[in-house]
Amino acid sequence: MGLRGEAAIVGIAELKPERKPKREPRFSIEQWALLSKQALDDAGLSATMVDGLVTGGIQESQMFAPATVSEYLGVPVNFAEHVDLGGATSAGMIWRAAAAVELGIADVVLCTVPSSPLPQPPTGPVRDRGYFGASSNLYGSPQAEFEIPYGNLAQNAPYAMIAQRYAAEFGYDPRALAKIAADQRTSACANPDAIFYGKPITIEDVLASPMVADPLHLLEIVMPCAGGASIVVANADIARRARRRPVWIKGFGERLAFKTPTYAEDLVRTPIADAARQAFEMATITPDDVDMVSVYDCYTITVLMTLEDAGFCGKGKGADFINSHDLTFRGDFPCNTHGGQLSFGQTGMAGGMSHVCDAARQIQRRSGQNQVANCHRAFVAGNGGIMSEQVGLVLQGD
Amino acid sequence: MNKPLPVPTPVSRPYWDALREHKVRIQYSPSADRWVFYPRILAPGTLADDLEWREISGMGTLYTFTVARYPTAPPWADDVPQLLAVIELDEGPRLTSELVNVAHENIEIGARVRPVFCDVPNADVTLLKYEPA
Repeated sequence: MGLRGEAAIVGIAELKPERKPKREPRFSIEQWALLSKQALDDAGLSATMVDGLVTGGIQESQMFAPATVSEYLGVPVNFAEHVDLGGATSAGMIWRAAAAVELGIADVVLCTVPSSPLPQPPTGPVRDRGYFGASSNLYGSPQAEFEIPYGNLAQNAPYAMIAQRYAAEFGYDPRALAKIAADQRTSACANPDAIFYGKPITIEDVLASPMVADPLHLLEIVMPCAGGASIVVANADIARRARRRPVWIKGFGERLAFKTPTYAEDLVRTPIADAARQAFEMATITPDDVDMVSVYDCYTITVLMTLEDAGFCGKGKGADFINSHDLTFRGDFPCNTHGGQLSFGQTGMAGGMSHVCDAARQIQRRSGQNQVANCHRAFVAGNGGIMSEQVGLVLQGD
Repeated sequence: MNKPLPVPTPVSRPYWDALREHKVRIQYSPSADRWVFYPRILAPGTLADDLEWREISGMGTLYTFTVARYPTAPPWADDVPQLLAVIELDEGPRLTSELVNVAHENIEIGARVRPVFCDVPNADVTLLKYEPA
């Protein structure tokens, strides 16, 4: 079942996150084009070779996103996907691209995620996304009827409720959670592209930061930034001739069952368990065989639970695991070596792609000061919603 | 800023009508022997067309909660800390709610909780909140 591992990441483009954007605002189709061009240049491939694309939502066009992109790029495709998995979208794009390549329906697939500010219309109302965020307040939406009236919206409070339930079942070591943020900051301090480059923090700093929603402190929560990323996935022939070391997509899994965690069958056993098991089985390796992990880290608790549920340690043993390993890029368990979204910056929808880029750069030996020695295999986790839609990937060099 | 209120749908109407009467009524699927929340048109999991409305006590246990010290959205700016909670009904399903009549230091996961029917002023709707039993 699954991939043969004959499609590879061959090109990467990722914008440096910006808190106060200095780059000129561009429409998302414009960003799509610019990011894709940069990733194709990185791979040394021509746009005329592209015959597949995978996109998320396009701000200028609520429907027909793939056709809009194809038309704008002037690139006809045999394979077009619109992926809608929140923070798991990027990882979900990669396996879909690989599947299309292995099926032989596309040779070169663009997976691009614009996430920088858009131009404001010269007249008329200013764009305002309102406060509902990922929750829908439309008539008939379950969130509009059963969540929003109680104030259950946005991310902080729902993630906090996951952490509280975890604490009740397994106990809670705030220092271990804080160590995730501190270790990732150490990696960010070796990555000039990271938003918190040059700003080290300690476990004590994390624990002294304001409590936002118990038990989550401010420094355990990502800060939204502007950015964007693009990945080129290609078939084996092209990958072997491309400029970069091919990063083979060896395994994947995807799992989702709810939108609001209130309705999760078991709040503290997350969908990544099934997704990761499938990804490792497909790649015929075990968690012990990977040289680094880049796992979605909207909150520290997300990292802890992902490491447990993906099988890097036993259930309920995450704190012990974190306390007994160095998660920095030079440590014995390199995790989120770009700094993670916590310290690299959460570049909106491209935040999920930052983990794919992080792992692929490591395998391509392009991580600069953050390079993990002898990095050939990586595990990537994508996470959307409130740990409600999750994707695991196993990536591998030759 | 006004808080968004639920707008009952043709399918969910019996739930909200019951809350107006300070009763809790949810759906049950005999073929699946399973209680259902939130209201559906077919039974979740089996898609059986046998959902029936039954009154329950509304009693439950606190599955999880948080103390939101910053408002989760602008309409709740004057309501911090918000005591958001997930309640596990005795019949099994979980629902989202808020805790009232309790100091946040005294909240414990697993505690027994009972319904508090909160009639929204100037609106024909009652929200289902909870307090320690």
